[in-house]
Amino acid sequence: MTDRYQTFTRTPLGQTLVKNLGLPDPTPLPRWTEGAPVIDGPVVFGSIGETDTGKAIQALLRDIGASFSTAAEGVASSELRPKALVFDATGAASTAELSSLQRFFSPVIRQLGAAGRVIVVGRTPELAATPEQQIAQRALEGFTRSLGKEVKRGATVNLVYVAPDAQDQLDSTLRFFLSPKSAYVDGQVTRIGTGPLVATDPSAPLAGKVALVTGAARGIGAAIAKTLARDGATVIGVDVPQNANDLRKVISAIGGSELLLDVTAIDAPQRIAAHAEEHHGGLDIVVHNAGITRDKRLANMRTDTWDAVLDVNLRAPERITAHLLESGTLHDGGSVIGVSSIAGIAGNNGQTNYATSKAGVIGLVQAYAPKLAERQIRINAVAPGFIETEMTARVPFAIREVGRRINSLQQGGQPVDVAETIAWFADPASAGVTGNVVRVCGQSMLGA
Amino acid sequence: MTEPRKVAVVAGNRIPFARQDKNYRHASNSDMLTAALNGLVDRTGLGGEELGEVVAGAVLKHARDWNMVREVVLGSKLAATTPAYDLQQACGTGLEAAILVGNKIALGQIEAGVAGGVDSASDAPIAVNDKLRTILLDLNRAKSFQDRLKVLARVRPKDVVPEIPRNAEPRTRKSMGEHAALTALEWGVTREAQDELAYRSHMNLAASYDRGFHDDLITPYLGLDKDQNLRPDTTIEKLAKLKTVYGKGETATMTAGNSTPLTDGASAVLLSTDEWAAEHGLRPLAYLTHAQTAAVDYVKGAEGLLMAPAYAVPKMLARAGLTLQDFDYYEIHEAFASQVLATLKAWEDPIFCKERLGLDAPLGEIDRAKLNVNGSSLAAGHPFAATGGRIVAALAKQLDENGGGRGLISICAAGGQGVVAILEK
Repeated sequence: MTDRYQTFTRTPLGQTLVKNLGLPDPTPLPRWTEGAPVIDGPVVFGSIGETDTGKAIQALLRDIGASFSTAAEGVASSELRPKALVFDATGAASTAELSSLQRFFSPVIRQLGAAGRVIVVGRTPELAATPEQQIAQRALEGFTRSLGKEVKRGATVNLVYVAPDAQDQLDSTLRFFLSPKSAYVDGQVTRIGTGPLVATDPSAPLAGKVALVTGAARGIGAAIAKTLARDGATVIGVDVPQNANDLRKVISAIGGSELLLDVTAIDAPQRIAAHAEEHHGGLDIVVHNAGITRDKRLANMRTDTWDAVLDVNLRAPERITAHLLESGTLHDGGSVIGVSSIAGIAGNNGQTNYATSKAGVIGLVQAYAPKLAERQIRINAVAPGFIETEMTARVPFAIREVGRRINSLQQGGQPVDVAETIAWFADPASAGVTGNVVRVCGQSMLGA
Repeated sequence: MTEPRKVAVVAGNRIPFARQDKNYRHASNSDMLTAALNGLVDRTGLGGEELGEVVAGAVLKHARDWNMVREVVLGSKLAATTPAYDLQQACGTGLEAAILVGNKIALGQIEAGVAGGVDSASDAPIAVNDKLRTILLDLNRAKSFQDRLKVLARVRPKDVVPEIPRNAEPRTRKSMGEHAALTALEWGVTREAQDELAYRSHMNLAASYDRGFHDDLITPYLGLDKDQNLRPDTTIEKLAKLKTVYGKGETATMTAGNSTPLTDGASAVLLSTDEWAAEHGLRPLAYLTHAQTAAVDYVKGAEGLLMAPAYAVPKMLARAGLTLQDFDYYEIHEAFASQVLATLKAWEDPIFCKERLGLDAPLGEIDRAKLNVNGSSLAAGHPFAATGGRIVAALAKQLDENGGGRGLISICAAGGQGVVAILEK
């Protein structure tokens, strides 16, 4: 749906009012379009000493054809308006070196262009060589989360922690965070581990892959199906028979196949497996998107209301994941993606059932991530914040308006923002990305 | 306790089924059931006879008909000393009545009884709405003229809008057709397959009339001697042209042609022991040997509204020690063509049979040539409670004509229920 306030702020009168009254000034966020470069502006790179990670980052910047300069070349004083600032902080062996953050960013941060990108790359603190390094690396989180709230005009700030010797896994993640695909992902921390080196064609990273998307008929699910198909995947769209027409519209536009069933049905896992095996020879990507809300305060909660939400949002993903793994339908090297919610992280009044289910999805990720590593199957989750869908359009006006504005980008996200994040997880090149829960919330203040 | 006795189906009779608001529009449930019962009494020469009991029911029933079946018996040619009671299990009413009468016979509690059912979609009970009802009851309680005026002053224009019974599930507010449309989608039942089934139903029923099969199963009533819905001249092409009525958009497959129409009608079946039949110069057509009911939780969407027979049949087969293929005839009530086809698909599906029915192997396919050989509800129509009696009588006669064999009856009912039975000879 349209954000009327945001539209108004783009008018001359709106701009005047916004400036004089100090009202929220949400910058329209550009989204990635097919054929567009990863980043359409200069990149400034900085680091703490020379590291393997730094070399890997610079190799990537060259690879994507970005015009980049290093801080040492005195870019900060030039008239260049950088589109992205990338800082390699893996070299911070102690807190003393944290001053490099201030030295690098303070002069240049004001120059950052609209919808700019700030990416800080650090060493996964838990895997640091010394306590001093761990402390310094852990400190980065406070820096990026604060800077995320400071940068203006639709810019985002994200932190990527890399495990030792995992710098070869950075490629797909940096591409994602540099590009407009991560438009609504802000203030997030991603952990990258080691993994096999998988090269994918960036224009069709999911070519030859089969993706299952539950709840694919509408809203975020439809956007996920379209985005995965855009990236080359064959999509199996699942939804309940009630949504047959909407599902057909989605699937007929992207190819793939439809499967009409209720994910909570006792035989849903078996049916999904049989369909995938029979029509597509198995699965590579599973996106547990189907979800419902039945909001009630706990005192007024009915048993069936509670059960319905838990069944669809948590038990179904749990049962389907278990069966697809056990039956071998999900191929080794595959990717499982859950859809959590900021309610599952922050909690929400009237959503004990929903938040329980969505926190459970995080549990699903954490429980399976280590277990699936040997099969090189990755499992991650997105946690959407306020996304503009039919569901949020039904939220009462005042609550909806608050939901939209209480984040660093001062606007709601689009279904495609969630979909792009999922496509990044699904990319076989993201082999080192597992066990992550990434919020797509514009750095919402809730549960941050 | 003594061994259960064999339960013979001795005779059956019904009136032709009429389309809603046609020939039977002014006939009440009692009128129609009396006609069906008297026809049965005439044909079997049981006038003035006292039977063990008459059990029947109607799905759409007027409040005044609280003792309908007993009143029908009193107005019939049976002895006035024949006890009777009303029963209601939605579309399973007629078959459930036969099962209950059969059980009493098997246990030696009665020697013979009639099971039946009736429904009128035309003479439907219209009720005053709840608010007006409360006001009228209060008016009745009011003592003084002034009090009565006060009560009457509460009536508002909208209160006089009557409540008309809807063919919808109270818990989901979806009509049965809408539920069936969802099941059709889930099982991928195509429009073509549904139209084909509807076509065969009409052709089989027409053929059975042509060979005089119904001559001793039907008593003409109010100008009808054949089911009014029967279209002997229909074609697959004509059926394919009909607009869809349930489901929406391009995924809708259900039409007025492959769904049963609302109909009026009544049926009655005579059941007894072998000895009683012989004493009355009658002979068994077939025996009612097994029965089962089942229900599914359609409210939470765990199962389709009309899928209960898919659960009831395997339970009954297990108890009878039979497989789905051990039958010469299958009478699967055609509430909707899609319902029959989804049920058949479910029985063929290894996942459904394993996960939902807990079976090691699927029940498997049936020989379609043995399905509804004399037509079923799509052609004949479906006055809800009367369908059980129609099927029991026709299958018993078919088994008798065949010189023996075994037939399966399967009827789905509102509320996610299913009633199934086996007739053998």
